[in-house]
Amino acid sequence: MRTDTNPHGVDPVRMYVSIFGGLMALTALTVGVSFIDFAHHLPSGWLNVYNDAAAMAIALSKALLVVTFFMHVRHATRLTKIVIAGSMTFFLFLFAFTLADYFSRGWLGPPGK
Amino acid sequence: MASEPKAAPLAHHFDSYLQQKESASLGMWLFLGQEIMFFGGLFLAYTVYRWRYASAFAAASNDLDLRLGLLNTVVLIGSSLTIALAVRSAHLGKRKDLVGFLLATLALGGVFLGVKSIEYAQKFAHHLVPGPHFRFEGADPTQAQMFFTLYFFMTGLHALHMIVGMAILVWMLRPAAQGRWTPDNHNFVEGFGLYWHFVDIIWIFLFPLLYLIGRHHGA
Repeated sequence: MRTDTNPHGVDPVRMYVSIFGGLMALTALTVGVSFIDFAHHLPSGWLNVYNDAAAMAIALSKALLVVTFFMHVRHATRLTKIVIAGSMTFFLFLFAFTLADYFSRGWLGPPGK
Repeated sequence: MASEPKAAPLAHHFDSYLQQKESASLGMWLFLGQEIMFFGGLFLAYTVYRWRYASAFAAASNDLDLRLGLLNTVVLIGSSLTIALAVRSAHLGKRKDLVGFLLATLALGGVFLGVKSIEYAQKFAHHLVPGPHFRFEGADPTQAQMFFTLYFFMTGLHALHMIVGMAILVWMLRPAAQGRWTPDNHNFVEGFGLYWHFVDIIWIFLFPLLYLIGRHHGA
């Protein structure tokens, strides 16, 4: 069935089930790696962020799968994609400016010293 | 779709169903854009305190029930699948399938909130709710209390979104059965799907941040 609201066709059930399977696999993966003490096996750097980085990389992958396939962004108009990218940009501004403040406190002494 | 008297129409200010659909989708994404900022404040607060109170947050995180958190993750992603299939059914004009998948989503949402209420009850029983009765057997109870404050605010705001979503789901059952949503105009179902997936994505980030950060130190 093709109507004028359906220029891309309807995604098959198989695609939705595969994405669900991928999300389940990534969920198992994030639980699994959370028990590994990466700092124990890898050189400890500026911060021991390995576990956090792994957890956030997996969460981001899962979110991208949901957004792209379940939320149909791959079929969305360019305008909608710009709005989504813009929203994420402002979200990053929120983090960048606030964390730049918190992380840099105490780096500089009182003015004039 | 003139044969369906109750079918959602093409509004007069749109040229085509496609334009109407794209406008509805754009509007929903604008709403989700502000939702990202709404939850963003809490994620930001979490990040700052997590950075400052790293070890207390890891210790407090291990007091959460990983099994229940994992179960809810599976249930909620499962409900994302069922609502995606509901949108697909509406797209194909399969009325019975649409109602079935809406009911399945509603049921999975109910399981999620049921498990969440068990977890909340455990936190009350174990004196882990921030306030005068908060007790934490660890190095920094004050810092651990901040973890649980953020835990309740973040999961609470998330649960509130689930409750609102489930109320809308209940409301959707009748028009879905009556055939209001057609292949031409099922924008309400599509928009609701976007909202439900967004709530799922919030949980995809909450689960590792709240339940998993301290596991490698030994539960």
